[in-house]
Amino acid sequence: MRPALGTITLREPRTLRDALRMLRDEGPLTPLAGCTDVFVQINFGTLRATEFLDLSRLAPLRRICEEDGRLVIGALATYTDLIRSRLVRRRLPMLVAAAREVGGPQIQHRGTIGGNVVNGSPAGDALPVLSAADATLVLASAAAERRVPFTAFYTGYRASVLRPDELLVAIEVAPVEGRQWFRKVGTRAAQAISKVVMAAVRDGTPRIALGSVAPTVVRLPRTEAALAGGAAIAAAQGVLAEEIRPIDDLRSTAAYRLRVATNLLARFWADTAA
Amino acid sequence: MNTPRSGGGARTVAAGPVAFTLNGHAVSVDAHPMARLLDVLREDLGLTGTKEGCGEGECGACTVLLDGAPVCSCLVPLAHARGREVRTIESLGGDHALQRAFVAEGGAQCGACTPGMIMAALALPEHPTRERIRQGLAGNLCRCTGYEAIYRAVERAASETVATPGASAAAEERKP
Repeated sequence: MRPALGTITLREPRTLRDALRMLRDEGPLTPLAGCTDVFVQINFGTLRATEFLDLSRLAPLRRICEEDGRLVIGALATYTDLIRSRLVRRRLPMLVAAAREVGGPQIQHRGTIGGNVVNGSPAGDALPVLSAADATLVLASAAAERRVPFTAFYTGYRASVLRPDELLVAIEVAPVEGRQWFRKVGTRAAQAISKVVMAAVRDGTPRIALGSVAPTVVRLPRTEAALAGGAAIAAAQGVLAEEIRPIDDLRSTAAYRLRVATNLLARFWADTAA
Repeated sequence: MNTPRSGGGARTVAAGPVAFTLNGHAVSVDAHPMARLLDVLREDLGLTGTKEGCGEGECGACTVLLDGAPVCSCLVPLAHARGREVRTIESLGGDHALQRAFVAEGGAQCGACTPGMIMAALALPEHPTRERIRQGLAGNLCRCTGYEAIYRAVERAASETVATPGASAAAEERKP
């Protein structure tokens, strides 16, 4: 059940500096933006937090731009922003493909890429894309800013190196060489949480990331190395099957996930053949 | 799910009533900034046309337009309506082309999803293709009609109107 509103507080900073100061001095605070995850947890009483920090008015954090050759996506960019952005379409089309399959239009208008990252669901649709693209996360606190490789961000199930006084403010992506590929497999196209989700980049050293098969989104270094070394796809599928250990849960089974993941690898390889 | 009626006493940085535009009229609500927009519309403002389905953003029954874009009002804190434009099913008045088409095509059966379906359809560009309609309504679940009658209703409404009155420039796709 939803907690009584009287026990909940909301801070509404107007600037990033104020937001970071509140996090430092008045925390712990739970940041919220599009509320597509946080409000579900509040509505069902599964979130114990009562002190919230509203980031939604920090407009500069919604920008998508190019800086020194990198694509810079503000943490507050919504899935709709990503779909509509010419820059993202040109430089990271696999992210546009992922954004189109998040929820439905209502969720795409509200949900943010930063929320997808920080919420840290192993099924987050944008996460394999950021992993395969070797994205960098920009984390800010009142004292400093630091950059963390996306692939080093998560430390376990819904756990990350983000400190309670820090906010994810932007995601940086260096130019991605090679062909990009994305595929989400779920019960239906819209409003479904993935059973398996894969993003991959094909160039000399393929980069392959999977969601919904481990406590966090994962890269497949051994499978990547096999393909980079010229292994046949059947052999690479064998490596992949050894590299992940999916589980049975309410959305799918370990056996189905393993089968689909190996099939997706073959599909990726066929679709991106020169 | 019922949420306690919101009242004063909120310890917020920006305390006080929340003002926004509702169906073209300025309103100000003295409710908690973390109250669900859905509850504020239904309980504080008495507009019960917006329905609650799942309460977790899966079904689209509570869809309203926020600055022209369809959103699930069960996942919108009142604070996020501040200074913005909210449009609900009541703004259509009962004789809108979409409403007539839903009746004519049998696009409404139990009716629980209908206001959300119509609000999502309202945000579609003019004369949408069937595929575009399917995309636009992908976030709305109907357990009665099998969707075909709903798609036909949206097509009928589009063919009846020279310019869809609800089509909001803000909600239209930008050209590639």
